[in-house]
Amino acid sequence: MKKLFELNADYQPENFKFTKVFQKKVDEAIALYPKGRQQSAVMPMLDLAQRQVAEEGAKADPVYGGWIPRAAMDHIAEQLDMAAIKVYEVASFYSMYNMAPVGKYLVQLCTTTPCWLCGSDDIVNTCKKHLGIGMGETTEDGKFSLMEVECLGACVNAPMVQINDDYYEDLNAGSMKEILDLLAEDMQPKTGSQKARKASMAQSGPTSLEEQAKKAGVA
Amino acid sequence: MLNDEDRIFTNLYGWESFSLKDAKKRGDWDGTKAILKKGPGWIIEEMQASGLRGRGGAGFPTGMKWSFMPKESDGRPHYLVVNADESEPGTCKDRDILRHEPHKLLEGCLIAGFAMGAHAAYIYIRGEFYNEGSELLRAIEEAYDAGLLGKNAAGSGWDFDVILHRGAGAYICGEETALIESIEGKKGQPRNKPPFPAMAGLYSCPTTVNNVETIAVAPTILRRGGPWFAGLGLNEKNAGTKLFCISGHVEQPCNVEEEMGIPLKELIEKHAGGVRGGWDNLLAVIPGGSSTPMLPKETCETINMDFDSLREVGTGLGTAGVIVMDKSTDVIQAICRLSQFYMHESCGQCTPCREGTGWLWRIMTRMVAGNATVDEIDQLFEVTKEIEGHTICALGDAAAWPIQGLIKHFRPEMEHRIMEYRKAAA
Ligand SMILES: Cc1cc2nc3c(=O)[nH]c(=O)nc-3n(C[C@H](O)[C@H](O)[C@H](O)COP(=O)(O)O)c2cc1C
Ligand code: SF4
Ligand code: FES
Repeated sequence: MKKLFELNADYQPENFKFTKVFQKKVDEAIALYPKGRQQSAVMPMLDLAQRQVAEEGAKADPVYGGWIPRAAMDHIAEQLDMAAIKVYEVASFYSMYNMAPVGKYLVQLCTTTPCWLCGSDDIVNTCKKHLGIGMGETTEDGKFSLMEVECLGACVNAPMVQINDDYYEDLNAGSMKEILDLLAEDMQPKTGSQKARKASMAQSGPTSLEEQAKKAGVA
Repeated sequence: MLNDEDRIFTNLYGWESFSLKDAKKRGDWDGTKAILKKGPGWIIEEMQASGLRGRGGAGFPTGMKWSFMPKESDGRPHYLVVNADESEPGTCKDRDILRHEPHKLLEGCLIAGFAMGAHAAYIYIRGEFYNEGSELLRAIEEAYDAGLLGKNAAGSGWDFDVILHRGAGAYICGEETALIESIEGKKGQPRNKPPFPAMAGLYSCPTTVNNVETIAVAPTILRRGGPWFAGLGLNEKNAGTKLFCISGHVEQPCNVEEEMGIPLKELIEKHAGGVRGGWDNLLAVIPGGSSTPMLPKETCETINMDFDSLREVGTGLGTAGVIVMDKSTDVIQAICRLSQFYMHESCGQCTPCREGTGWLWRIMTRMVAGNATVDEIDQLFEVTKEIEGHTICALGDAAAWPIQGLIKHFRPEMEHRIMEYRKAAA
């Protein structure tokens, strides 16, 4: 996906302002860094802008997900006393900032080698077929976008995807479809392992920490 | 095999909560003040005696690294930066510390920060770990509320703050100077060294960057003593315990804390349920995350999992992300996918890396199909040599090494693929 940043695209809104609730979070973020180093807050602010847009998008018709309009970047630049171009540069460098509208549920599929060895191709095909879209595309109702991403740091629970803030791990075609179906109804699927496995522990049971396992009732 | 009483991460799998109350029951924050009272000199000596080497990939001795920080401040503040970017394919250990053992990390931050004259630690967590970051924030809040962080932290008389900074999806930000740039609110592009961070790092101030696991094991080491840690593992240069991540074609993929130097075969068979289809079905193993060259089955038979043993056979322990491939694997495709990764993650600053990673991926794509000549295998090798060692940061090397490993061990496979393609085309 990673749509290129287009300054003058027709979907760019004229204005952006942080709401009161979000502005409070912005002020807290700026306060975390030493005086004179407020530029450090550019990343948390881009994240907050994207989250505010996601909240608005969830109520819109058709729905959409979080992304960062140019007007938001200008607003951030002003607050941080940075050149706007510097904010654009940062925003387009990092893959988690969406520079163009995306679906309400952004399905990020990990296809790096450990996930690939465990069948990520199957998960990719399932998503494409089930949603009827390709990588980098969004469904017509605005609900889902598909995006291929690199290792998400959950390789012993492969294959896995991230949807908005949540990880879904130990997937197969069946569980992947169930997750998409629930989200289509705006219901929250169970996150984490889809094989009812505890975090990164071996599925068949722990091979260490005997006493702790007994206490926890898993051995 | 490591005894349970020598395991540091007793809540690795999250059977108990991460909360301060449960963490204290597990021994965290026990006598922190007394440790700090012994002074920075003692802490650093004890860390040196423990033999701990950095768990972020390069394996640099931790105590020595801490000793590089100026002993006195010249007026500039000192910083500790914790690297929680965890993005090396095959690696998912720091995530378990962040979500299940955050107080080990926070106590480690205070101790390491104090030892290096820092009043603040920045923890840089990869942006995708959103929920883990939120749990870590709650743990930070608990620690402040209990007086363990903030003014007069843990009653030590030392003021200490911990600040969480979230990344936003860029593997390169795991490189320590790119990470610093990123905290400063810039694109995450590595800096030229020198100056090294210990002289001019975050905000041009003396800074030490350490991996999550490195910092999180420090409190236990200091409580039990450097010699305890040094006594575990293969030898004093490859000491202690280590978190391993075993992914790919094993029956039971998992994370586990084991002794440094454990035989690879034992690691896979005891903890990961063995290779899918049995040991004889093994093709190759990437031992330490995507950047480390793979090992063919014969070497896997006898190799120990530690820095020096793996270096001797031309690879490395890296992050201890063990990626297992069985005989069904298209090993050329497995490496080609890594080439795509490095091309995608190159920050674009140096020409050999920016252009070279693209070339590597394009040639590798043809190698997967077999649509190449045998000479091009040598050319491919040449390109990796032109990148290796000619770039600002080690991402260039990391892109080169997996392909070198492939050619070294699977050249006949590559040639065979080319012949098959020719036959089919004829
Ligand atoms: C491209 C690249 C990516 C890296 N990614 C990480 C990472 O995700 N986590 C990490 O701890 N170290 C990473 N490192 C290593 C760091 O630069 C640094 O050596 C490490 O954080 C030092 O900590 P340690 O001494 O505790 O190992 C990376 C290095 C390079 C060149
Ligand atoms: S080696 Fe690659 S990633 Fe590292 S600084 Fe150069 S271009 Fe950037
Ligand atoms: S390869 Fe998919 S999470 Fe690591």
